[in-house]
Amino acid sequence: MVRVVVNVMPKPEILDPQGQAVAGALARLGISGVADVRQGKHFELDVDESVDDETLHRIAGNLLANPVIEDWTVTRG
Amino acid sequence: MITFPGTLDDVDATRAVRYAGGEPVALWHADRDLRGVEAVIVPGGFSYGDYLRAGAIASFAPIMTEVIAAAGRGLPVLGICNGFQILCEAGLLPGALVRNSGLRFVCRDQRLRVESTATVWTASYQEGQEILVPIKHADGRYVADAATLAELDGEGRVVFRYTGGNPNGALGDIAGISSPDGRVVGLMPHPEHAIDPVYGPSADGLGIFTSVLSAATA
Repeated sequence: MVRVVVNVMPKPEILDPQGQAVAGALARLGISGVADVRQGKHFELDVDESVDDETLHRIAGNLLANPVIEDWTVTRG
Repeated sequence: MITFPGTLDDVDATRAVRYAGGEPVALWHADRDLRGVEAVIVPGGFSYGDYLRAGAIASFAPIMTEVIAAAGRGLPVLGICNGFQILCEAGLLPGALVRNSGLRFVCRDQRLRVESTATVWTASYQEGQEILVPIKHADGRYVADAATLAELDGEGRVVFRYTGGNPNGALGDIAGISSPDGRVVGLMPHPEHAIDPVYGPSADGLGIFTSVLSAATA
């Protein structure tokens, strides 16, 4: 088994009100210097070594992310 | 009328079909049989608990394979709220529905303008008619890229827009859209909750259900 990490983030042009709310909370906590926060999803998959990159990208692009609104990266551990 | 685990509004939508004079047929998410229906409604709720993304898991349910194939043959399909999210995730309608810009779950009676009567689900309305229908959602902000928005506008496929205030930040105040052939429609508001003024804010939603029945019997 190998650990594969898929990170999914809202596309830059998609308004991310959840990230903005986190940024606002940081400001209220008195923490300065954080210009922007974007919130995404992090998936950890334990997959058989025979699973190729194309399959991993199919998993990411067809299910874990919605390509209309999100970008993703696939990283083998 | 499809029921998924977590569907809420199948009972009200079933009642709306009956109110309009139609014969509702219950369909189950795990089935691969549309039982000969003349139209499909994907009702609202929280299918699969909105896990991953609203509508994402439901869009891969066995019944949806049949719905996608049937829509390709011109079967009328309506997605309401979570049903709209499912149709977008399934690729039957373009764009996506994301978290409301205000981050709050919005539940209120909402004014809509009927922008297109050229669909099988809106033929009984007047173009430009304003209707009052409840909304209740957390992920109702319609988004799509600029090219898709221009295409929807250019082809007259924006079916409903919010008026009197945009409740969720939807681009172009879009509340509902259709497929190019006007047979697949998705909308965030709930017409099935506005079929009788005794039980809702108006009877304005009934026209959705009478429209498709007129088309089916024509």
